[in-house]
Amino acid sequence: MAGIKISDVRKIYPNGFEAARGISIDVNDGDMLVLVGPSGCGKSTLLRMIAGLETVSSGEISIGDRVVNDVEPADRDIAMVFQNYALYPHMTVYNNLAYGLKNRGTPKDEIDTRVRETAQILEIEEYLDSKPKQLSGGQRQRVAMGRAIVRHPQVFLFDEPLSNLDAKLRVQMRMEIRKLQRSLKTTAVYVTHDQLEAMTLADQLVVLNAGLVEQMGAPIEVYEKPASTFVATFIGSPSMNLINVKNAEGSYKLETGETGLVLDVDRAEPALTIGVRPEDLRIGDVKTSQLKLVVEVVAVEPVGAESYVHGAIGGLPDQTIIVRVSGKASYEVGSKLDVGLADPDKLHLFDRQTGKRLEN
Amino acid sequence: MRKSVIVQHGILIFGCLFLIMPIVVAFMSSTHTPETIDSQGLQLTWGGNFIETYKAVLFDKTGFTDNVNGVNMLKNSFILGFGFALGKIFISMLAAYAIVYFRFPFATLSFGIIFTTLLLPLEVRIIPSYEVVASMGLLNTHAGLILPLIASATATFYFRQFFKTIPDELLEAARLDNAGPYRFFVDILLPLSRTMMAAIFIIMFVVGWNQYLWPLLMTTEEALYPIVIGIRQITNVVDSGAIPEYNKAFALAILAMLPPVMVVLLFQRWFVKGLVESEK
Repeated sequence: MAGIKISDVRKIYPNGFEAARGISIDVNDGDMLVLVGPSGCGKSTLLRMIAGLETVSSGEISIGDRVVNDVEPADRDIAMVFQNYALYPHMTVYNNLAYGLKNRGTPKDEIDTRVRETAQILEIEEYLDSKPKQLSGGQRQRVAMGRAIVRHPQVFLFDEPLSNLDAKLRVQMRMEIRKLQRSLKTTAVYVTHDQLEAMTLADQLVVLNAGLVEQMGAPIEVYEKPASTFVATFIGSPSMNLINVKNAEGSYKLETGETGLVLDVDRAEPALTIGVRPEDLRIGDVKTSQLKLVVEVVAVEPVGAESYVHGAIGGLPDQTIIVRVSGKASYEVGSKLDVGLADPDKLHLFDRQTGKRLEN
Repeated sequence: MRKSVIVQHGILIFGCLFLIMPIVVAFMSSTHTPETIDSQGLQLTWGGNFIETYKAVLFDKTGFTDNVNGVNMLKNSFILGFGFALGKIFISMLAAYAIVYFRFPFATLSFGIIFTTLLLPLEVRIIPSYEVVASMGLLNTHAGLILPLIASATATFYFRQFFKTIPDELLEAARLDNAGPYRFFVDILLPLSRTMMAAIFIIMFVVGWNQYLWPLLMTTEEALYPIVIGIRQITNVVDSGAIPEYNKAFALAILAMLPPVMVVLLFQRWFVKGLVESEK
């Protein structure tokens, strides 16, 4: 068992593209770290650098107490689960699991015990003699995980392992990965672009953007106190409403319009971006709210347990917000609604220029 | 509708007959005596001389030195065909492996050079090739017949394209599983290339089997002649001054055709699979 220490790691490709621009992360022993970000943010590159499949341009990666920058992937004591599983198509499930052990000179009877033990944990015993081709997506996923578990590595690396599965299976496998990682207490790094996966799996969540760490912390902390507008819109679905406002004679108004917004904050910046999550907005009684909006309903999306009301602030089509209402919402399109904050603590303020969070 | 089916089948049947007739004529003629063929031309009916002709062709010693027979020539052809096909597969797989999986200077250039050898078929470089084989003292040996021909741009290209379709993750998974370059090649790449190898084997076996100019030049001993050269030798026999033994020539031609046909028929399924499907 070991933690991972990443310090000021950079990756510059020969063509000049900088995939990682100085990333420092500590992963505690036994934790599940989730790297999340849009495509091209450097999350996969970082994972591959930990695995040793990409070289590190500068900086240092340690697993346990050992700097592994120049250690071969096979000697890093890690195991990786790939997005497309990368099972050996010509080998049976048994041999897929055994191959890595065989190449390390593990005695035959020990390989056998370990493979069977792993197969039992993952409930794939009956497929041991099948070829990957004969298995369903979920079963292949299990075999890919089995190949990682069977080696008893210090670190698991997951590279978007669930993105090839259908939605239902994804939820199920997500739970299983979590349970498994918890029970094995093996340090894990998990890469995903799916914020829901990130939220549910992580002990520690790292949001990456353009090769830099945008925010790092416990998932709920990231959700409740996003460090920037980028994180605010990336984490959470539907994403946080962002409204650009300007200071006009002591009070804030919409940047693009005169009416529809009243904001009562004690700040002096000439311009701000304010953010409110859809579930933190309330329709109706707004007298005591810091933020008062008048919106014109443009659409109502019922999704079952809740409904999303899309509204244009002051009737302006480019200033829409989403309000989450529990149950069924019966608002007419075109009708005007008063919208306010459900909880005064839930108003987020960001710098208009840098997008960074301002503490209020 | 019905009419068009009849027309289509008519065309197909005509095509088949057109292609098969020469073989039928050759086979039927080979069962007649040389005198019949000489006096009555090519035959389309069974001549009843089958066993005698084929026995003579396979087992009677012929040639200037009277020390070669059909069996011997068939054996030479098999050695040539197998050596040629297996050698080509071996060399070109290794070349493609190096080109696709190893970063070495001028890799693209190397592949370009290999590829341009397609512009230089054997006939163009036959004199220098002969020179090389002669100076190595390999004239009149099987090795001399096979070795200079086993470098193959076509096969290298096929394997290169095939290796490129194998997902990178497989290599990465193997690297994490402690498989070095040798293990990856033997344990992963080789088994995955089976259908591809079968396809190339068929093509190259037939090409090797049908080599004519090269063995003709490279061998002066009749004991090394492959069967395709033997066919010509038989009609060339001048000692009797009598009628050329057309029946034997036809018999040899039929014998020479059989193995490639068998190979193609047996491996046809693999062949199509190798060229069309990729097992991943």
